[in-house]
Amino acid sequence: MSATTEGVLVEPASAARRRRWLDLTLSFCRRRPLGAIGAGVVIFMILVAVLAPWISPYDPLAIDFAAMLAAPSAQHWLGTDAFGRDVLSRIIYGSQTALIVGFGAAFIGSTVGAVIGVASAYFGGRIDLVIQRFMDILISFPLIILALAMVAVLGNNLPNLIAAMTVPMIPRCALVIRSSALSVREMPYVDAARALGYRHTRIILRHMLPNVMAPYLIMLTAFLGQAILLEASLSFLGLGVQEPTAAWGLMLRGAAVEFAETAPWMALFPGLAISLAVFAFNLFGDSLRDALDPKLRTG
Amino acid sequence: MSTAEMVAGEAPRTAPAGDVILEVRNLVKHFQVGGGFLGGPPQVVKAVDDVSFTIRRGETLGLVGESGCGKTTTGRCILLLERPTSGQVIFEGRDLMTLSPAEVRRVRRKIQVIFQDPYSSLNPRITIGQMLDEPLAVHGIVPERKARQDRVRELLTVVGLLPSMASRYPHELSGGQRQRVGIARALAMEPSLIVCDEPVSALDVSIQAQIITLLEDLQERFNLTYLFVAHDLSVVRHISDRVAVMYLGKMAEITDRTTLYAEPLHPYTKALLSAVPIPDPEVEAERQRTVLGGEVPSALRPPPGCVFHPRCPIAIDECKRVVPECLEIRPGHRAACIRAPGYPAGAANA
Repeated sequence: MSATTEGVLVEPASAARRRRWLDLTLSFCRRRPLGAIGAGVVIFMILVAVLAPWISPYDPLAIDFAAMLAAPSAQHWLGTDAFGRDVLSRIIYGSQTALIVGFGAAFIGSTVGAVIGVASAYFGGRIDLVIQRFMDILISFPLIILALAMVAVLGNNLPNLIAAMTVPMIPRCALVIRSSALSVREMPYVDAARALGYRHTRIILRHMLPNVMAPYLIMLTAFLGQAILLEASLSFLGLGVQEPTAAWGLMLRGAAVEFAETAPWMALFPGLAISLAVFAFNLFGDSLRDALDPKLRTG
Repeated sequence: MSTAEMVAGEAPRTAPAGDVILEVRNLVKHFQVGGGFLGGPPQVVKAVDDVSFTIRRGETLGLVGESGCGKTTTGRCILLLERPTSGQVIFEGRDLMTLSPAEVRRVRRKIQVIFQDPYSSLNPRITIGQMLDEPLAVHGIVPERKARQDRVRELLTVVGLLPSMASRYPHELSGGQRQRVGIARALAMEPSLIVCDEPVSALDVSIQAQIITLLEDLQERFNLTYLFVAHDLSVVRHISDRVAVMYLGKMAEITDRTTLYAEPLHPYTKALLSAVPIPDPEVEAERQRTVLGGEVPSALRPPPGCVFHPRCPIAIDECKRVVPECLEIRPGHRAACIRAPGYPAGAANA
């Protein structure tokens, strides 16, 4: 640490920070090749989702009755479904849905959870007790059951779906962040902020939250994979994204079940996409946790 | 005692005997430990137990004692970082305990703190410039953005740092530099009272002297009042006008610096002073030392009567029963010992 900071002293702070990030990224790739592969797949997924209109061979909603249930071929690389829609195009567009819902739910869920966790640790005492017991109640439901219940209550358009998925994530994140925030709360700089007469919101958001960044990032990446899986599950159960929107979970149900034996590509490829995405996010998340863990312990 | 030799270590101090800026009256802070559901009855730590003192504007009151004696907790109560169990903290004529949250925020501008550990007292995610800019902006001390940057540079210069350090993060600074940033942060609020919570005990000796000199310069320049919490008696002697000695949550003795070091009344003070090494081997070899036996009792179960009696070389039977109040024995000299010559007979609580 000291060797690098000394070199940094003569450089302007912004350049030093840029170099530090580059160093960190490179050493992460070298030390954790599996995590780097995961990160690579994640970046690939993001690129595919962004470039979907240009790279997908067909309109994902275009129905072609002449090519119903077509097997993989040169025209349709991954075949077509019961309406003659191109499976590859639908998987490409499905990545958009997966990422929007996944990132949306994971980001909102872990951020709200982090704020609640830090606030709970900061205030302590009775407020902490009440918040923690309420979080315990929420956490006692399995992820998917709670999300199902929330969708049933809210109705299933995209924003509601994201909102429903954040509900089971918030308490899980709040619990982890709270334990880190408890040690941050004892730091003299938090006392200094109080002595400087700052308001609670300023202390929580500006002085404590940035110092629980490591567990926050870990929770965020862990939730990304879970959120994608959860969205696929909800869509499969018919409570998630609705037809005709392209979504991986949706592609696994209906006709895909009916024609599972005669047209297995309908279910196989979206299933692979889900597995690969969740696997990649989890690999990346796990490696990130390992990389950040020593810093976690030192606070 | 050969305290006469040590008088040479006292800096000349010209304390203006101003009005009383802070008065602490019968301050009590108890902490509950354990207990609650299935944990048995909670135990109470009497961290600060009935402590009273005053500080006049422009002076430095040294507060000394062993670790765990409640000196830091006293400072934290004055800073309103802890809520006292009972007692009053009267700052510039107003009891801080009775203020509304909005009024507390205003008073906080006037009472600032310098912490012991220069590493954990600065937020690692914020640059030095932002750290000094924030209080100026939040309290509207310097509302205009451009003027604030000038003020930040000025503050850094005042504490002996380069203005260019504003863009640095705390981890890029040394311990002494960080402590200067902590001082600058306190100064940004234009306070009248600064609680210095062992501001030099985490620093190298050479850096200690620099920081002490800086604190003295700033005091003169901005007419600051210090409550200087420390366990290093020679540092306290150098910087203080008056010194208060605490033991196990109680005030043992309080008087002006020269009297305390020359004619201490409380046996605990005497023992403390005799533990200070003298940088002259001949004098050191000749002097008589009072070595205390045993350990500081647990604050969970303080001894009955005078808390110091189990270790006191001159304790009598009465000391086990009577809690001595910290009473004025000579003008401006209070001590809590019934054995002290001149202690009012029968004044102690049975």
